[in-house]
Amino acid sequence: MTAAATSTSPPTSTGGQSGVRLARSRRNAELSLLLLAMVLVAAYGAMVEASVLDTVTPSFWVPAAALSAVFLGLHVAIRFLAPFADPALLPAVALLNGLGVGFLHRLDLARATPAERAELATFAGTGGRQLAWTLISVALAAGLLAVVRDHRSISRYAYTLGLAGIVLVMIPAVLPPSISEINGAKLWIRVGGLSIQPGEFAKLALLAFFAYYLVRKREVLSLASRRFLGVDLPRGRDLGPVVVVWLISLLVLVFEKDLGTSLLYFGMFVATLYIATERVSWLLIGLVLFFGGAYLAYVLGDLIGGPFANFYLRANIWLDPFADPYNDGYQLVQGLLALGSGGMFGAGPGAGQPLKLPEVQNDFIFAGLGEEIGLFGLSALLVVYLLIVERGLRAALAVHDSFGKLLAGGLAFTLGLQVFVIVGGISGLIPLTGQTTPFLSAGGSSLMANWLLIAILLRISDAARRPVTGGGPPSTRPTGGPPEQLHGAPTEVIRP
Amino acid sequence: MNAPLRRVGLVVMVLFGLLFANLNWIQAYKADDYRNSDYNGRVQVAEYERKRGNIEAGGTALAVSKETDGELEYLRTYPAGAKYAHAIGYKPVNLADTGIEEAENAFLAGTSDQLIGDRLRDLVTGDETAGANVLLTISKQAQDVAYEQLLENRKGVSKGAAIALDPRTGAIQALVSMPSFNPNPLASHDSDEATAAYNELQQNPDGPLKNRALGEVLPPGSTFKIVAAAAALENGFTQDTKIPAGPSWTPPTSGQPIKNAAPSICPEAEVTLMNAVTESCNTGFAQLGVRLGADTLKQKARQFGFEQDDLTVGRLGEDGEPVAASRTGSMENADGSVDPAALAQSSIGQRDVRMTPLQGALIAATVANDGSQMRPYLVSQILGADRTTNYYTAEPDELRQPVSDQVAADLREMMESVVQNGTGRNARISGYTVGGKTGTAQSGPDTPDHGWFIGFALDKDGNPVSAVCVLLEEAGDGGSAEAARIAGQIMRAAIASPGSR
Repeated sequence: MTAAATSTSPPTSTGGQSGVRLARSRRNAELSLLLLAMVLVAAYGAMVEASVLDTVTPSFWVPAAALSAVFLGLHVAIRFLAPFADPALLPAVALLNGLGVGFLHRLDLARATPAERAELATFAGTGGRQLAWTLISVALAAGLLAVVRDHRSISRYAYTLGLAGIVLVMIPAVLPPSISEINGAKLWIRVGGLSIQPGEFAKLALLAFFAYYLVRKREVLSLASRRFLGVDLPRGRDLGPVVVVWLISLLVLVFEKDLGTSLLYFGMFVATLYIATERVSWLLIGLVLFFGGAYLAYVLGDLIGGPFANFYLRANIWLDPFADPYNDGYQLVQGLLALGSGGMFGAGPGAGQPLKLPEVQNDFIFAGLGEEIGLFGLSALLVVYLLIVERGLRAALAVHDSFGKLLAGGLAFTLGLQVFVIVGGISGLIPLTGQTTPFLSAGGSSLMANWLLIAILLRISDAARRPVTGGGPPSTRPTGGPPEQLHGAPTEVIRP
Repeated sequence: MNAPLRRVGLVVMVLFGLLFANLNWIQAYKADDYRNSDYNGRVQVAEYERKRGNIEAGGTALAVSKETDGELEYLRTYPAGAKYAHAIGYKPVNLADTGIEEAENAFLAGTSDQLIGDRLRDLVTGDETAGANVLLTISKQAQDVAYEQLLENRKGVSKGAAIALDPRTGAIQALVSMPSFNPNPLASHDSDEATAAYNELQQNPDGPLKNRALGEVLPPGSTFKIVAAAAALENGFTQDTKIPAGPSWTPPTSGQPIKNAAPSICPEAEVTLMNAVTESCNTGFAQLGVRLGADTLKQKARQFGFEQDDLTVGRLGEDGEPVAASRTGSMENADGSVDPAALAQSSIGQRDVRMTPLQGALIAATVANDGSQMRPYLVSQILGADRTTNYYTAEPDELRQPVSDQVAADLREMMESVVQNGTGRNARISGYTVGGKTGTAQSGPDTPDHGWFIGFALDKDGNPVSAVCVLLEEAGDGGSAEAARIAGQIMRAAIASPGSR
């Protein structure tokens, strides 16, 4: 993967950023990387079967083949819809998604009795469901690429998306806990057997809104300032929107009882704000506000309890998980024990005991994997995530319009932050929160939303890498265009 | 906007760096803590995925692992049941391991560093090669006899112990503690059954879980006279030196008068040291001890192994099952001066003198082995799962030299006289020279006396082939004679067993 990442940099060193770029789509590189990823997924499946069933069944390759078909479909769609998209994104995500399906299938094997194991079909159990969700999610991603032919058109719906985002965030908070609460966090809408996490989609909608809003306001936010202690502070009245988002994220913290989501929204906003204004002061203000708020919630949880009690409890579990290893600290303790049992090399795929972990198909999937693939395997997964994030940021760097820069940068950072929040949570680095692990965790909402995120990054990277020869945008460009101020020539601020 | 984008990229790198560092902390630095944590249920499942090695003695498997259908793939079973319970210990699922099962766990479970070859082969073949097999020094015949004779002792005693070892090597030939227990329910995979069995044993007032052969300390009575006699021989006395005796003797600083077990024993004013030992003359040894002094007596006892609190029995050079320290106890007044009454009583193995059956057997073995005390051990060999790779063979090792070979020869003659003419006649074995010393120790004001016997057997060429100690707790009159009889039976079986040279 690393080799692929370097090979996708501009192939002509003489040209540099401003020079004539050789127009290479690198779709074949994407194809070969994708096939390599699928070979890894098939090998993982074979190792799991060898360990759990003591034999490799003749059909071990079927899930990998089904996944390959799905991803190859997207690959073909990209060839037509976004031919210059970043070639590393799809294979990297496909690898994670495939390993996720493989691990969930491995959990099904562990749950089944020896008699049932032989007949466990490819599309049965959580692994099978995840496979089906993958098909739907990838189809949606392809659909998004087909509908949105220019990422700038998204900005036309910015206010609609912003409103939709806030509504999606708020729904679980106002719903009764019987519908919205799982494991103490109110993040779900559960209807029948289906649970939807609207927050996963809200993330995308809110980010599109932030990007649009900040591109419009960035001059005001970045120029009007006072210096204080060597830091440029914004004017009081410009703080308004930041305070609003801060309040929203604290409301999420208190009413949805989830620090992770709160941290995610707030971090997302502060990061885009910083990218838009280039003002370090916003970062400092954001960090102070967030940690101040979290500390306040902790103190209030200790003093008055009520809506803050959950956060207080979670923070205490984080501080000493072994204080109550069988009740409050049970999840985190089991996560740490699984990771520790895996050690450097892991027990081997299929050789661990992931069922000892609570929520192993969701929050703790990274710990469950860690027991079997060890520190080395987890490090490789982290590198794959990092690769996706950095490729997203690279698309942001290379694209010419500010909206695209902010959207791609924000999405990539949000993905990275989400990985940090959940992996940090299950490994005791930060208080544990109920986030999904992107592309690995079981669940349709998360998978769909994250594939849509990847589709947008693919779209923006296509725009970034598309050769500008011929003067005009491609013929597929939608007419009617987004608002004027968004697509004047490059809007990058030149700083001395 | 590119500069902040690059910085955001850097921030993500830092965040992932933190994740990476933290995973290193958990999966590398803290991994062993978490892997072996008490809260970690996967420890035992993994442990039961590999077939545990056998514990064997004389070609008989005493602890074997059998395949099951459950989550724990192997069940530990003990075919011999209670007979070897204290010799090998047991390996329960949730409770603590004991004995050889605990001491040799790394080899049995296959986790020892020395088994790296097997583990590497497993990586390639995908098999789970069983753990290594631990072979014990126990002689099947001697153990059978020790267990049966102790169980069916003619005094109807319910508590006691017997231990036999080879004086030339220290290899333990038999180890029985009574009452014993069936270790099989303790190893049950049904944790309720195992816990119930354990609780029942734990609450039994006779303490069946206790390994009396190594862990019980009781007043040794007259068996301790061998230590006093050794001290005398080293301080100018000979077998024929006459020492003051009499039907009764009261130590200078009042105290109770010390009497003999029967009026017929040494009523004369003086007896030879030889006769004092043969007849087990209390009045003679009480006066002898006072004459020798507390320091001399204590030092001799220490040279025989008293006061050692770090002795373990298992594999030589490794930790095994701990042996309780034998003690001479205080023989002093509150002001620190020697109390002659206490010294006199200590000289005949009463007062605060305490001894384990193993210590008794070691004293007899030392006398038989020309004054050289060999370190006792239970593990003779460790064989790999293939039964050909040899990971360990015991190389006997001298623990200490308590007496010179001359003193040992004198003591040997005295102890032989005990069996030939004195209180230990029950231990005689035809065709072998047997020596020993009986002991009857007061256990308390209202409880029957403990019966002891320590002894050894020499073959026709004078080579020591077995040393033994038998303890019958609260056996009452004739307890030591019954102990001598059982000791003789055990030594005869040990001599007859194929492993004996």
